[in-house]
Amino acid sequence: MAATTQTIEQVEQATGKYKYGFVTDIESDKAPKGLNEDIVRFISAKKDEPEWMLEWRLKAFRRWQTMTAPDWAKLDIPPIDYQDIHYYSAPKQAQKLKSLDEVDPELLATYEKLGIPLNEQKMLANVAVDAVFDSVSVATTFREELSKAGVIFCPISEAIRDYPELVQRYMGSVIPIGDNYFAALNSAVFTDGSFVYIPKGVRCPMELSTYFRINEQNTGQFERTLIIADDESYVSYLEGCTAPQRDENQLHAAVVELVAKTDAEIKYSTVQNWYPGDENGKGGIYNFVTKRGVCRGDRSKISWTQVETGSAITWKYPSCVLRGKDSVGEFYSVALTNNMQQADTGTKMIHIGEGSRSTIISKGISAGKSQNCYRGLVHMQPTAENARNFTQCDSLLIGDKCGAHTVPYIVSRNPSAKIEHEATTSRISEDQLFYCLQRGIGEEDAVSLIVNGFCKEVMKELPMEFAVEAQKLIGISLEGSVG
Amino acid sequence: MTALLEIRDLHASVGDKPILKGIDLTINTGEVHAIMGPNGSGKSTMSYVLAGRDGYEVTGGDILMNGESLLEMEPDERARAGMFLAFQYPVELPGVGGMSFLRAAVNALRIEAGEEEIDQLGFVKIVREKAKLLGISDDMLKRAVNVGFSGGEKKRYEILQMALLEPTMAVLDETDSGLDVDALRIVSEGVNLLRDPGRAMLVITHYQRLLNHIVPDYVHILADGRIRKSGGKELALEVEESGYAGVDDAA
Ligand SMILES: Nc1ncnc2c1ncn2[C@@H]1O[C@H](COP(=O)(O)OP(=O)(O)O)[C@@H](O)[C@H]1O
Ligand SMILES: [Mg+2]
Repeated sequence: MAATTQTIEQVEQATGKYKYGFVTDIESDKAPKGLNEDIVRFISAKKDEPEWMLEWRLKAFRRWQTMTAPDWAKLDIPPIDYQDIHYYSAPKQAQKLKSLDEVDPELLATYEKLGIPLNEQKMLANVAVDAVFDSVSVATTFREELSKAGVIFCPISEAIRDYPELVQRYMGSVIPIGDNYFAALNSAVFTDGSFVYIPKGVRCPMELSTYFRINEQNTGQFERTLIIADDESYVSYLEGCTAPQRDENQLHAAVVELVAKTDAEIKYSTVQNWYPGDENGKGGIYNFVTKRGVCRGDRSKISWTQVETGSAITWKYPSCVLRGKDSVGEFYSVALTNNMQQADTGTKMIHIGEGSRSTIISKGISAGKSQNCYRGLVHMQPTAENARNFTQCDSLLIGDKCGAHTVPYIVSRNPSAKIEHEATTSRISEDQLFYCLQRGIGEEDAVSLIVNGFCKEVMKELPMEFAVEAQKLIGISLEGSVG
Repeated sequence: MTALLEIRDLHASVGDKPILKGIDLTINTGEVHAIMGPNGSGKSTMSYVLAGRDGYEVTGGDILMNGESLLEMEPDERARAGMFLAFQYPVELPGVGGMSFLRAAVNALRIEAGEEEIDQLGFVKIVREKAKLLGISDDMLKRAVNVGFSGGEKKRYEILQMALLEPTMAVLDETDSGLDVDALRIVSEGVNLLRDPGRAMLVITHYQRLLNHIVPDYVHILADGRIRKSGGKELALEVEESGYAGVDDAA
């Protein structure tokens, strides 16, 4: 306990900026460094997995070995030694937890400090939380209430054991194991994450959320999330994440798959606040994430909302495959980079269904010496009769040492499809800043107000409980970017 | 008694171009001064220099508020010290909700004064009351700052901010420009309500008509970066009749 408090203080003194940079002093159970078939077997054994799951992982691992990392993004990625990483790390605790009372108090304290109380009395009233610490889920709240509604919300490791049919049917159905280098890696070594199933006709009675925390040194986090919304169901899901402040880079390669059936709707929101590294670009998370949802059924809808402020490097393109007739895909994104951060993020909207519609609103903010790239694909397939897309990409530059780039790809194979694209690049105007200053608002607050205004269209898509947090986060992430 | 605002031989340049060429002006608490002058004479420049805008460089002289020089103070510090500028061209802040903006401004003052931040509900009530006097609708309060406001709405919104921030020194830059007769009346009434023994105003205008509504104690004529003539409110009428050219000759 003392060690943790001390670390927190040190970190706060050292920076005063990234307030989640502390380390929890907890004993962990780790796989030896390195990646080979034995490690894959080790992870699978740790998770008590059935044979089919191990086979799936091994297949993915063999596939990964034949692949190379993508290099088309506008990112400068230093070489990563995949043998120098621990692929499994779990806090030591009694094997199976019956209730939250059994969770290590140190872990509960960690989440509390992160603003995610797991303790029943303090929980956010209408949000169920799955807390993932390094490679394992340590607690999931409100499970009983959810199960009354027929909703399954549990760690994916548990779903593999308890709902094997669902997992086997859907895992890899949206993002096949060989989809890309990082997805293949994740498929081989994924450790935990959340599983959600909303049965037919059910409107999930509360927000679901997963909170990811990387704690251990030299570990990667490879979480995997699978959300299935059956016919006429609805769910809103939120993902948050933080990591300690460390000098080395850490790898995070997640996979998220969404399946929306007929008339179903999934709203997936992310507030990504992994440690971004320091002003000189030392340390920080490498965030290489594959997220994709398929609107399988007619009139189904998937919305991605992301607020990306963290990570040293972000490579991430949450996408929608709009298969169903009149299905809807949405992507609302704020990507903020400061100091030496690099982000290459955007979306893919693949229109297959007749009358399918998509909206892309991307707000990129670059400050410091950072590089921020929007990369998006809108693809109208021959079957996408009367499909429509509207894209708006706005970039805001703060200072003159950063960069903003917009790389839209448009493929239209159906003449009736309509695609609109608008893009702007601007700077915070001196007029706007002076106007705020003249009202007594300090420079950092003024910038934060103006930037939050710039992001408004995206921020309003976030669930209420998180919008306020996200606004503050934008302010904090911009600290030191002006003056 | 120390003057509220004392401008001493003020010289200022924009870029390399000298605009203010030696201004002397003393304003005491409770007084309303008007500055009149032709377009391009340096009126807005003077307001920006008082507010401390970047790029408006003071090359000589001094500005004292309550006896202390403002020159080393940042614009936000001056604002919190009681300097307010109603802009000739209020700036749009897309996406920035009016209420959060106004609250941020009021809280900045409160924090400076060591007071608690204002609570949201109480604040909304105060804003609504003051807005009503200025004919500002709830709908307008909900919109982003100045975005999609008509010229008249923008000017009224400036006065609303002045009413909320209760400055000791308010500079109003062409608050009458672009207003029709009715709007001019509403805005002037709003300003007159804020006349107070504890506050001074510097009303900048090109036309005399504003001064029929906001009657000044003193009138100064600015031309080519200098105050050419000072007098009582009747000076404004003189200008109205003979134009600025006459004033120039007199100088
Ligand atoms: N930002 C600026 N850059 C260059 N010249 C400026 C700038 N602002 C004002 N000026 C010049 O300064 C002079 C005074 O302008 P201004 O103060 O706006 O006058 P007024 O408000 O009396 O019409 C004009 O000649 C104008 O062209
Ligand atoms: Mg002017």
